Formats: sequence, structure tokens, C-alpha cells
Amino acid sequence: MKLSRHTAGRGAISGQRRGISALVSWWDPRPFTQLFVIALILAALWLLGQNILAALARAGISPGFAFLGRAANFQIGEAVIPFSAGDTYLRAIGVGLINTLRVALAGCVLAALLGTALGVLGLMGNPLLTRLVRIYVEVIRNTPLLLQLFFWIALARNLPGPKQAPHLGGVWLSNRGIFVPAPVAENGWALPLALTALVFLAAFALRRFGGLRYVWTGAFVASAGILWASGISLDIPSLQGFNIRGGLSLSPEFAALLLALVVKFSAAIAEIVRAGILSVPEGQREAARAMGLSEWHIMRLVVLPQALRVIVPLTTSVFLDLAKDSSLAVAIGYPDLVSILNTTANTTGQAIEAVLIMAGSFVILNLSVAFLMNRYNARVALRGEHRR
Amino acid sequence: MSSSGIFTRSLRALTAAAVIGAAAIPGIASAGDTLDAIKERGVIKVGVGTTPGFFSPDSDGKWQGFFIDYGRALSIAVFGEDGKVEFTNSSPQQRLPALQAGEFDILLSGVTVTINRAFNLGFHFGPTVFYDGQGILVRKDIGVTTAAELDGATIGVQSGTTGELNIADFFRKTGHNFTPVTIEDTSEFIAALESGRVDAITQDSSDLVGKLQQLKEPDNYILLPERLSKEPLAPAIRAGDDQWLEIVNWTVYATIQAEEWGITSANVDEFLKSEDPAIQRFLGVDPSLAEAIGFQPDWAYKIIRTVGNYGEIYERNLSPLGWKRGYNDIWTNGGLLYSPPFR
Repeated sequence: MKLSRHTAGRGAISGQRRGISALVSWWDPRPFTQLFVIALILAALWLLGQNILAALARAGISPGFAFLGRAANFQIGEAVIPFSAGDTYLRAIGVGLINTLRVALAGCVLAALLGTALGVLGLMGNPLLTRLVRIYVEVIRNTPLLLQLFFWIALARNLPGPKQAPHLGGVWLSNRGIFVPAPVAENGWALPLALTALVFLAAFALRRFGGLRYVWTGAFVASAGILWASGISLDIPSLQGFNIRGGLSLSPEFAALLLALVVKFSAAIAEIVRAGILSVPEGQREAARAMGLSEWHIMRLVVLPQALRVIVPLTTSVFLDLAKDSSLAVAIGYPDLVSILNTTANTTGQAIEAVLIMAGSFVILNLSVAFLMNRYNARVALRGEHRR
Repeated sequence: MSSSGIFTRSLRALTAAAVIGAAAIPGIASAGDTLDAIKERGVIKVGVGTTPGFFSPDSDGKWQGFFIDYGRALSIAVFGEDGKVEFTNSSPQQRLPALQAGEFDILLSGVTVTINRAFNLGFHFGPTVFYDGQGILVRKDIGVTTAAELDGATIGVQSGTTGELNIADFFRKTGHNFTPVTIEDTSEFIAALESGRVDAITQDSSDLVGKLQQLKEPDNYILLPERLSKEPLAPAIRAGDDQWLEIVNWTVYATIQAEEWGITSANVDEFLKSEDPAIQRFLGVDPSLAEAIGFQPDWAYKIIRTVGNYGEIYERNLSPLGWKRGYNDIWTNGGLLYSPPFR
């Protein structure tokens, strides 16, 4: 421990010194050449900027972001935050951004789960499973994502219409989307949720310190009573007019996009997980088995901690790809950030601004994903000496 | 086909958008540049759509249609001969940036004239060649006969069109709700209606009549009687090139003026003997007018002989689809088409 801290400290100092010397060596031999190159690049950028301004002026378009405050007179199919035609472009873009985040986040979580499951299943030693996972991975990763996207959207659109849609217990499956019952609160969520939390806290305390039995059952019954009494009910989807109304709905476009992303990237993750697990020497597993650890414990305590070091950095880049590829949504009519910005560019003429917002949003999104994944990676990585 | 195409095309739209500014071709839109570029290239680049009657490739891949004939007329006006024109399909969303980026010299794709496009988006429009209005095409099985009954419906809109904005206005005005499904690709747009993903699609009614032909079972759909908007469709060019705009203007006017005078492709040669000095100037028998404006003397004569007058173009392409002349008749017949004088 002492030793490792010592080396880490020295590493930092030498790193700093190396940083300065790197800078010096970069400048040293021909400083004027360097300056000249930088000046050239700046001049090129300036020229391009002037060109942009001149071209915009000729087209009668004034550059700037003032359009964000103007009314966007189009409607958006699915919006998490309320949006109607006439709200500002800024809000419309916000709706698009949330839609992108929604599909990217759900995609990352589900692709990680499915990919890990597939990767592990393929290594279980069952020849049938191994073969099936191989086929899945090979078929999925060797076909273009856009093709898969069109496949899923065709499938989703060809589900029966609302009037013929099969439904069971308030769950509807139709070409307008998947509808499930959703809880609604007549008098707001704050009070009933706080009360329920209190009940569970009390139950936890009673169980822990009082040693009472059946407290959990009691807690569930009590919270159900609280929720019912405070006016919370289930909104069950039903057929009204042309469409199924009520409950929570998952649009066909969202479902198709999510499926396409999850399937495509789960294949990539399955391969990474397989590689990660195989990177742990077989001898360690045999040693663990000899010590009498169960298969679960071997996985949990011996294999995974080492495999994750391989898996996490690679999975990060898969997540980044997934977030970026969610922009293919534009092809099937899911109102993601790119789709909304395309419409914005088309109705305002502010194409460059739209492209800048698009690029900025994806850079920020991906840097955040990378930041979070790197934090996690630092936790699973080997501590102490810099091995790699 | 569209599967591999869409991504590259979306990318191209983006690049095109970016290129507006990056301006690889400096000074593209100052007066006369478009014509110079066309003459140097030897061909006019025209952006079109795909709607039967207006623009669609025939079985040999040759473009046919109402707007295509205006492309041919332009070729005659510029080069004195037919066929020096290259038509390229461009989706509503990509066509305007593509025009801005210099990918096209002109859009003959049924672009609606709007004040926003003229002032803020940097486009100039030629004369309206087709007076249209936005319609709604619905599936018969939903049992709706007027637009007012569409409260709560799911409606497909094509991104980048005025239709996307008009339908939102219409529902705001009536206080009803609808769910849009915004689709860029034309074939996906139709597929959404056929599969029942949407109850209806909305678009210029000219486009819907054309799309009706492309549906597998046209009898299962009806075009609602309402027109939600005015959609004057006109040739669109980049703002700033007055010379090119005038060439486009007068090419269109020539077809309208010819119909007013009753000059057709069949009888144009007889009109060469006309005693009317206006007709003599128009057909180049008296070359003074053409010389003064720098055109070839027989430019209008060749246009009429090759593609015909407005009425002929209309009847050849649109009448077979059941289109009546309506507003799209010359003013002397009670329509809206009116050519300024050729003098």
C-alpha cells in the first residue's frame, strides 16, 4: 500500500515534467514553423467564417440563435415534456433532446443486460446455446443497422390496427404502439409517496430492531391502502375513437428504434463480454473451484473483477456508438434531436446553427457517457501501479 | 434501395446545409453566375420529386410529367434545344439546402411560395405554375368524411413541407388534437398509411392524387373535400441571381401567353404567318425583342413546338389523372394564369 502510493506520487510528478518537456520539445527545434502553421490554420478558419457570413448575407439569412425564442409552428408526435405547435424552437429542440436521451439511455441499459447475458450464455459450455449465440452475433453484427431498423419498423407498423388489436388486462399491442396501464394521481404524488416511504421505513425499523415477523406483508397492505385512499388509481388504456387512449404508451417508432439499437449493440457487447471472460486464465477458475467456491462465487469474486477491466473500456465505446447511431431515428420518423433540428433548419433557414446545436449536443452527451464510464472504469481497474 | 440511400442522403442534406456557408463555390448567387455555370456545364440541374403526373420516371427511366416539361422548356430557352437538363429526385427536406448549396440550378419539385422562404430562407420564386391546396387522404375504414371529424387522429406528415406546418395550424384553429408521425422518406410515408400506422396523410392535394395511384388498393382511401391551405407551386431558385430568375419567369410566361393566343405545338407554324405584331415579336418573326433581351429569336417558337403551351402540358400530364383545369386555367377562361405582355 505504502509502496503503491509512493509510485503513484512519483508518477504524477514525472508526468508533469514530461508534459512540460513534451511542450518544449514540440516548440524547440523550429518555433517559427510552428507559429506559421498555427497562423495558417487560424487564417483558414477566419476565411471560412467570412465565407459563411457572406454566403448567409447573400441568401438573406442572418446568423445567430435568436430563432430559438420564436414560435415553432409544427407539432411533435411524442413529447415527454408538454409541447404544442406555437411553443418556442428552444422547447421543440428540448423535446428532441429528451427523446434522444430516452432512447439512448434505455438502449445502453438494455443492450448491456442482453449483451452480458448472451456473452455469459455462450460460455456456459452448452453446445446448442454456444452455437445459437454465435449465430445471433454473426447475423446481427454483419448486417447494417439501418436495414435492421427498417425491419423492426415494418414489423411494428404491421401489427393490427387499434380496432383489431389484441389486448389482455389493459395491455394493448397495436400498430399505434404498445399500451400499458399507468398509475395516475388525482391529488399529486408527493403526499402518498412520502407516506408510503414512511411506512416502509417503519417496517424496516420494526424488522431490524423489533424482530417482528410479517411486517413486510403489513407494510404492503398499508401502503396499498394509503395509495388507494389518496386517490391514486390505474389508468387503463381503452379504445376511444380512432385510437387507444390512456395508460402509458410506447410508440412503434420508439419501440423499433430501441429494439434495433439493443439488438445491434448487444451483439457487440456479447463479444466483448466473451473476450473479457476468456481473458481470465483458466487456471484461476480451476484454483477457485479447488478451493470449493460455487460457480456463482467464482464468477462474482474471481472472474468478473478481472474481466471487467477488459470489458468496461470497450463497452464505453459501444455506448458512445449507440448514442450516436440513435440519430438514425430520422429515417423512420421518431422525433429525435436530429429530426427536430432538421425541421428547424428547414423552417428557419438556420442550417448552420442547427448543425452546431446537433454537434454540440452529441459531443456533450458522449463526453458525459465517457466521463461516467471512466469513473466506473477507475473503480474496476487495477489500482496502484500503471499497468497499461 | 431506400435503405442504403437514406443515410447517405441525410448526410448529404447535412453537408449541403453546412456547405451553404462553407461556400465551396464563392459568389454562387450573384447575377448571371447561374447561367454562366449552366452554359459551362452544358446541362441544367433540376431538383424534382416523384409524383405521377408531375414528375416520375417512365419504364425506360426517362422523366415525364408536368414539371419535367418545364425543365425541358428551360433547356430550350437556354440552349436552344431539348434534353440538356438533368433531373434528380430530392426529398422535400433536402431539396432546399441542396438548392442553396448549388447542387441544383432550380427546383421544379412543387415548392410552395411562402413569405418565410422568400425572406428568410434565401429563395426566389418564378411564376406560380400550379395552384394547389393541402388535402388530407384518409383510410376509408375510419369512417371520416370531413376534416372536422379527425379529432384525435394520427396523421402522417412529410418533414420539410409546408404541410407539416399547415396541419398544425389547422388543428390549432379548430381546437382539436392530433398526433403527427413525421416521416422524411416518401416510400416510408406511403407505407405508414398502407400499414395503418396512421389514419391519414396530409400533403398538397396534387401530391395526394399522385400518391393515390401508388397505393396498392386506391379504393380504400378517400381524399377529404377540404383544402387546408393555399399552395401556389412555383419554380424556386437561389436568391440573388436576377438574370436566371427572369429566364425562368419568361419561359413560364411564354407557355401561358401561347395558350392565351391559341398557339399550340400543332399550329405554331401557321402562326409564323400571323399579321399580329405582338405574335411576330413573340415567335421571333420580328427578332427585335429577342435581340434586345439577348435571347435567340426563335426561343419561344421552339418551346411551343417542342413542349406545347400551358394547356397542352397540363392536358398531356395531368388530365389523364382526372385533374380539371379549375384555377389552373388562363385568366380569359376564368382561371388565375396571366402572362405579362411580351413587348
